[in-house]
Amino acid sequence: MIRYLLPLGIFAGLVLIFIYGLQHDPRLVPSPLIDKPAPTFNLPTLHSPGINIHLDDLKGKVSLLNVWASWCVACREEHPLLVKTSQTNALNLYGLNYKDTREDALRWLNKLGNPYIESAFDQAGTIGIDYGVYGVPETFVLDKNGIIRYKHIGPLNKQDIDDIILPLVKQLEQPAS
Amino acid sequence: MIPELGHFALILALAMAIIQTIFPIAGAANGNQAWMSLARPVARLQFVFISISFAVLIYLFLTNDFSVAYVAQNSNSLLPAIYRFSAVWGAHEGSLLLWAVILSLWTTAVTFYSKRLPNFFLARVIGVMGAVSVGFLLFMLLTSNPFERLFPVPADGSDLNPLLQDPGLIIHPPMLYMGYVGFSVAFGFAIAALLGGNLDSSWARWSRPWTLLAWAFLTIGIALGSWWAYYELGWGGWWFWDPVENASFMPWLIGTALIHSFAATEKRDVFKNWTILLAICAFALSLLGTFLVRSGVLTSVHAFATDPERGVFILVLLGFFVGGSLLLYALRAPSTVKGGQFKLISRETFLLFNSILFLVAMLTVLLGTLYPLIAEALGMGKLSVGAPYFNAVFIPIMTPVALLIGIGAIVRWKQDDYIRVGKQLRYLFLASLVVGGILGITFFDNHLFRTIAGIVAALWVILTSLSALMSRLKHRQNKLVALQTIPRGFYGMTLAHIGFAVTIIGITITSQHSVDVHQRMAPGDVVAFADYQFSLEALRPTIGPNFKATEAVVKVTKNGKHVTDLHSQKRIYTVRNMPMTEAGIDSSLMRDIYVSLGEPLDDNAWSIRLYHKPFVRWIWLGAIFMALGGLLAATDRRYRLKVESNKTAPVEGGAVSLKS
Amino acid sequence: MIKTALIIVLMSLNFTAYAADNPVEFSNPELQERYYALIDEIRCLVCQNQSLADSHADLAQDLRNEIYQKVLAGEKDEQIVTFLVERYGDFVLYRPPLTKNTWLLWFGPFLFLLLGIYVAIRLIKKQSAEKNAFTELDETQQKRLTELLNEDTDRNKG
Repeated sequence: MIRYLLPLGIFAGLVLIFIYGLQHDPRLVPSPLIDKPAPTFNLPTLHSPGINIHLDDLKGKVSLLNVWASWCVACREEHPLLVKTSQTNALNLYGLNYKDTREDALRWLNKLGNPYIESAFDQAGTIGIDYGVYGVPETFVLDKNGIIRYKHIGPLNKQDIDDIILPLVKQLEQPAS
Repeated sequence: MIPELGHFALILALAMAIIQTIFPIAGAANGNQAWMSLARPVARLQFVFISISFAVLIYLFLTNDFSVAYVAQNSNSLLPAIYRFSAVWGAHEGSLLLWAVILSLWTTAVTFYSKRLPNFFLARVIGVMGAVSVGFLLFMLLTSNPFERLFPVPADGSDLNPLLQDPGLIIHPPMLYMGYVGFSVAFGFAIAALLGGNLDSSWARWSRPWTLLAWAFLTIGIALGSWWAYYELGWGGWWFWDPVENASFMPWLIGTALIHSFAATEKRDVFKNWTILLAICAFALSLLGTFLVRSGVLTSVHAFATDPERGVFILVLLGFFVGGSLLLYALRAPSTVKGGQFKLISRETFLLFNSILFLVAMLTVLLGTLYPLIAEALGMGKLSVGAPYFNAVFIPIMTPVALLIGIGAIVRWKQDDYIRVGKQLRYLFLASLVVGGILGITFFDNHLFRTIAGIVAALWVILTSLSALMSRLKHRQNKLVALQTIPRGFYGMTLAHIGFAVTIIGITITSQHSVDVHQRMAPGDVVAFADYQFSLEALRPTIGPNFKATEAVVKVTKNGKHVTDLHSQKRIYTVRNMPMTEAGIDSSLMRDIYVSLGEPLDDNAWSIRLYHKPFVRWIWLGAIFMALGGLLAATDRRYRLKVESNKTAPVEGGAVSLKS
Repeated sequence: MIKTALIIVLMSLNFTAYAADNPVEFSNPELQERYYALIDEIRCLVCQNQSLADSHADLAQDLRNEIYQKVLAGEKDEQIVTFLVERYGDFVLYRPPLTKNTWLLWFGPFLFLLLGIYVAIRLIKKQSAEKNAFTELDETQQKRLTELLNEDTDRNKG
């Protein structure tokens, strides 16, 4: 009898896996960089080509690094939210302007508002590769020591910010006990 | 009004399907003849209604009725009429309707070609198939209604996915579904046999031609898909081990095991439970494929737009049909009467190994396809399983198949003498080895081991198949008459096996000896490659009905002699603003030359890929042979015999004892 | 719902589809072979079911470039693969490395095969040893038997 039940057993196992699968998006690839030191960079800033911004500039406080580009339609979607959030919260929000032209990027910020303390200008996209960026926009949360604690792929919505990002920032800001 | 007509016809079809399920099955259980006799007319009526519904959808596409959401999302007034027609099954809702239409078509076919079936048995078969119809019609009506209206009505549609605007896609899905869904007949027969407890070999005889037919369609469907991917995706590949491809390949593998297992069950009354299980599995895998493609649990290049709600629905259907039938199997199979006896050296043994190898091959594809999901569910992180994995594990498993085909075709039923078999085979083996070796060394200068191994395997299959044919003629005086008396089933088998060999040759040589270059070319540039000279004659803009394109004209010469002019286009489909590559291909039996226009570079230069693919056509040619073989076998005389002709035959001699 | 939204969003993300598709040149055919072998087995994260070699995505072009530079600079295959895995995870490898997590994946098929052969041999032993109640029937007898059986069942049912 048992061996005749075997096919049913295997099938039941498959169904369990499918139930799990239905609740998860196969396209989201978790970053292997979580809980690892953020890749270092030393890039010209978007606004003044002569001045560089370094990863160390982000350290000391909990910061957000938002990867964006003027050619990215989905960035336009999350941008107003970033502008609003940066006005109401004391966030250390930095941008990584990814594979863009300076002209387009600046025009974009002038038109839609600039929520960033500063944007690093990654024209060749090499820092993007270091950060494992594959679908702009992406947002990284870095703790005080520059360790990546969270990564969000795709545009942020209000729920993401209120329920995940802000509480996480608050928690990371607590002095280490 | 007209879309609502289609919708209404669909609802009526559902009503018919419900009647078709309940009354015949209940009738067979209670012995109510009147209820059982409903099976035929109701199943045909279901077909009438669902055909009306399908015809309405076609009409809506041809008349550009963008008030229907499905039409608006998948068509456009500029879309050529033939693609407006095939757009009917270009996305989820319509292809589901096609699924249901084909299921109903198979059911109706069974009602017409079932004179030999006992009433109660036919009632159960039609009832089970009706239940599947109910599931899919409900699925469509509740989650995926193709007739849903859109408001406000858009001025124009958002066009059919350009990937699907291709002649291959007009017939690929119907063929594939004819195969997929065709396994529902074997499934219906298997469940009917389990329900009625008549697990003798008769159900195998009844069900075998249907299964052969479905398998032949599936073979053609898969081959068409592969061919389409080859010329349409513009990468020159013909099989990607993509989850969607695997979803169609798994039922094929089990279907292959099934048609061989049927042979043993029908002829020798062995492996009865095994055959039943394979019949359930073949259809279960068709349903699984539907789930994988439409639920979004896996990423794929050709997956449909997905929706978890739909995924849940199909999972419930899958659980009901597959879980239910496997449970029924577990309850009924243990009481099956043991079949005939056979020895180690017998055709039964080789057929058994055949099914096991194909089952293992299917499990391997299943494991590889689902492993990313399994790994993630078990918290082992996200990983990918792609072509390198499948090639590495699949080929070692399939290699023994070639060896077994050769022996299996020659060895006799029940018991054979290994000395006799050895005598017949050893020269054939030697001949394959020698001829394969010589061919390999003469025509190729690298990857020799694999090339020769592939050619030897193919020759072995061909030679042993022909030898089996010869030995049927050996003691006959008039060979011509003898040729005519050999049953079609045997010719079908021989042709299919030779087709398999042809495919092996195609796969081996194409994968070992294809070469390609990726080149920057401006008009006037010449590239020498694989014994040919490719010169880019012109780059010119062209305009199609719904796209703009740049066309490259590449002149191909060999030793100064003109071979052909190839035209490859880079198209931008204007509505979806989606780029597509149209490859330029010159094909012949021995090689394809393939030109694919890449992206514009600076100075009027473009990146261009050139491919030389020897023997690639053999892959699909072999598939055609296999399908024709299946078709021949399905039309064997003994399946067409009227029941009267063997009623007169008395059981003579031989003590027959029945355990049941 | 959330998942649907996510999928739609991800589909709509911009990946600048019209990428440069620069052919690469090698003076050393061995490096060339390594380069093509590598990009053939790395999965593109943007159009997730294509390899870097097949993908037209911008990111794929960047990564091809990166790999090209690294191959030219004399880096070993393992170094290049590690570079990619550190950034994108095991997901990029179409040939999953053999670890304890993929043990079942790599050896599973051969376990299935051994199991199948074991079952088959047992069955054959049993079938060839068993003194079977069935006597050999020829085809017409077999047909007749089938019919008798059916009539029998028919009568029982009807």
